Amino acid sequence: MGQPDTRHDIAIIGGGNAALCAAITAAEAGAKVIILEAAPKEYRGGNSRHTRNFRCKHEAPLSVLVDSYGEEEYFDDLLQVTGGRTDEALARMVIRQSEECLPWMEAHGVHFQPSLSGTLSLARTNAFFMGGGKSLVNAYYRTAAALGVEVHYNAPVSHVALDGNRVTRVDYDLDGERRSIAPRAVIVASGGFQADIDWLADAWGPPARNFLIRGTPYNRGTVLRDLLDQGVSSVGDPTQCHAVAIDGRAPKYDGGIVTRLDCVPFSIVVNKDGQRFYDEGEDVWPKRYAIWGRLVAAQPDQVGYAIIDAKSANLFMPTVFPPIKADSLPELAEKMGLPVGAFMATVEEFNAACGDASGFKPMEKDGVATSGIEPAKTNWARPITEAPFYGYSLRTGVTFTYLGLKVDEKAQCRTESGPIENLWAAGETMAGSILGKGYLAGFGMSIGTVFGRIAGAEAAQHVQ
Amino acid sequence: MYSNPLEEAARQAQICNACRYCEGYCAVFPAMHAERAFAEADLVQLANLCHNCQNCYSACQYTAPHEFDLNLPGVLAELRQESWEEAAFPAALGRAFHRSGTMLALALIAGFAVLFLAARNLPGDGEGFYAVLSHNAMVAIFVPAFVLPLMALGVSLRRYWKRIGGGRIRLAHLQNAFGSAATMRNLAGGHGDGCNFQDEDRFSHARRAMHQAVMYGFLLCFAATSVATVMHYAFDMPAPYGLFSLPKLLGVTGGILLCLGTLGLLRLKTMGRPELQAPDVRGGEFGFILLLFTVSASGLLLYMLGSTPALEPLLALHLGAVLTFFVLTPYSKMAHGFFRLAALVRDAQRKLG
Ligand SMILES: Cc1cc2nc3c(=O)[nH]c(=O)nc-3n(C[C@H](O)[C@H](O)[C@H](O)COP(=O)(O)OP(=O)(O)OC[C@H]3O[C@@H](n4cnc5c(N)ncnc54)[C@H](O)[C@@H]3O)c2cc1C
Ligand code: SF4
Ligand code: SF4
Repeated sequence: MGQPDTRHDIAIIGGGNAALCAAITAAEAGAKVIILEAAPKEYRGGNSRHTRNFRCKHEAPLSVLVDSYGEEEYFDDLLQVTGGRTDEALARMVIRQSEECLPWMEAHGVHFQPSLSGTLSLARTNAFFMGGGKSLVNAYYRTAAALGVEVHYNAPVSHVALDGNRVTRVDYDLDGERRSIAPRAVIVASGGFQADIDWLADAWGPPARNFLIRGTPYNRGTVLRDLLDQGVSSVGDPTQCHAVAIDGRAPKYDGGIVTRLDCVPFSIVVNKDGQRFYDEGEDVWPKRYAIWGRLVAAQPDQVGYAIIDAKSANLFMPTVFPPIKADSLPELAEKMGLPVGAFMATVEEFNAACGDASGFKPMEKDGVATSGIEPAKTNWARPITEAPFYGYSLRTGVTFTYLGLKVDEKAQCRTESGPIENLWAAGETMAGSILGKGYLAGFGMSIGTVFGRIAGAEAAQHVQ
Repeated sequence: MYSNPLEEAARQAQICNACRYCEGYCAVFPAMHAERAFAEADLVQLANLCHNCQNCYSACQYTAPHEFDLNLPGVLAELRQESWEEAAFPAALGRAFHRSGTMLALALIAGFAVLFLAARNLPGDGEGFYAVLSHNAMVAIFVPAFVLPLMALGVSLRRYWKRIGGGRIRLAHLQNAFGSAATMRNLAGGHGDGCNFQDEDRFSHARRAMHQAVMYGFLLCFAATSVATVMHYAFDMPAPYGLFSLPKLLGVTGGILLCLGTLGLLRLKTMGRPELQAPDVRGGEFGFILLLFTVSASGLLLYMLGSTPALEPLLALHLGAVLTFFVLTPYSKMAHGFFRLAALVRDAQRKLG
């Protein structure tokens, strides 16, 4: 193996948003930076390449953001989704600093666009990247290259050697060959572990083997586990992951945003036995998006089937795959592999429980509910009667895991005996330090940008 | 590249429509997102709204090796090309010249030969060019060579308009469309930093600038000829004209812009990624740019060497190239300007109703 290479001040593990923000900040402060990215160049950028926006506090209209979105409102929104499992000091720090991130991002090549058609509700709170996360990642790689940051693709890190309260060495593979470097500081920005299905199955149980991973196959938690094994402090519940219900035909990995299905509120959802199992109309979809991942995960074979009729076919965002279509309900059940008898009984029971639907309003809770069935459907309950009928299969799609490295407001990692002198973490891999459950759209990129910049600045200061 | 560009475009458009990340780049996406399913008319229209800036390709998280295998610029380029060839009248000429640089070169040689023989065998009747070829002979050659292709183009555009389901055109539609064309608004890339054409994901204005040079260069040359025609007939002021006459000022400026613009576009095209364009027609496209370059360079040379013995062959070359260019307008890349305008008018109809 030879002597580790000591030419670099800072090694950054990962090549997504958090890593790049750290790299750019550190390089601008004069440090000599190397990025070790596990993925090949075409797949660089981790889950960040799948994102579309970041949530940004602002007191007045800012770039593409309209009106204002203050700290208190932002924090309240966060508290609601995390049910209070939030580190208030760190969360408020991210919220406050998100505002200066936007101009910083623009200055480093990111372009914004007005909120996308179909996402008007986010026009005030979330700034959308023009072209999405991959264009953001592309812009940052260009900026980093111009600053002299060295990038290794196909370079998964296998070990970060900890000696007391110092990192001494980083081991990684490059084109199949083992290499070691001994930088003076290390920043971990390698995401969660959701792509390691074995680990996911350990944490969640065997059903996890049927889950789909919405983002990159490269976030396997190798470095996270390696550091935890060496006594680095962790935070977050290892059994928790953020999961949503997505199109069951999505690829195992990397299906990204397009596999989402927004039809549930207008549908009935049955399991593979043809039985309904939850109130499909509990709330508007953005608010219920996240619980359906768990609901489907609890069903046999971790699969669900959403059924709509012609009345509802155009009420939600278009889907990536066309729905399964049939002229009669039994035919649809057959095409979807559902037991026809049980399915028909469920639909008939549901249809009979629907009442007056004249108050139906697709965009808001309309109180058009069933009566006398369990589970009830409490909004948008219209009978499934008009051919053609459409069906989508639903599976659990994992976005990220919550287990992570515990950091302080300087993004510094620690062991039980105190801070580690030259180890920082940013992005998904430390997001558990801020939110313990739930998720607020656009907050992941805010955490990554804020903590990436902090980690980059702190590490650069350390090596100066 | 795709055995059925229409089907493939529909597949990709469905993915984009569920994603929408590229909405801000160009007019293609807002038009696409107004639909839920894509009929042939919609897709052909989308194809002609795309100007192959490649920004959406660089930004796409689903390009190969991802199994969704997105390549919107590539599939739209093929479909666009197919739409021009199918609309061309007669269609066989469209297929022949769009695809083949060799055919274009042969046409150029033929044009040169026609003019050379004419110059040799027909008497001159004045000074300068007219000493070589009389004004009347030039008119006899060029009026039909100008008018007939325009008529053929008219037929093509009607066919095209029918295929995309275009409606009645109002003045507001035209204003909107010409406004976009004049500034090449869409070539600014949505954010004003330009295209990803020549160097992966780097944004640059080079393509827009070169394209503007070609377009305005061409329009200036065209204006020079029109002004000269008016001077000839209305004011009885036949050529040759002095340096500071209107036709010369327009013509020389236009010629220089055209020369620079075509060279620039050639260079950019060699740098661009062929799989994001329509690979089958690259030969024809290179040939066409070279033809335009020949037109402008020979025109400038003629201006510089017009009083030397080179006059006769140069004039034959220049007029031969112009002749070829005119005759092939409906069957070469030149047609794209007209189809693009039609697409912009159609898009204005969508937006303004
Ligand atoms: C489909 C989808 C859509 C999303 N949309 C949004 C959104 O719109 N807004 C938002 O805020 N959040 C969104 N998120 C969440 C968001 O993606 C994350 O919060 C954010 O990208 C995390 O950034 P990161 O840099 O920490 O991790 P990532 O971007 O995932 O980067 C991790 C990097 O580490 C690399 N890596 C992993 N292991 C190793 C190793 N051993 N050695 C070297 N490198 C390694 C990976 O290859 C990758 O480059 C979305 C997530 C998904 C899946
Ligand atoms: S090109 Fe790719 S990123 Fe852009 S809208 Fe289409 S699918 Fe989305
Ligand atoms: S290549 Fe450019 S013009 Fe064509 S669809 Fe993509 S972004 Fe639009």
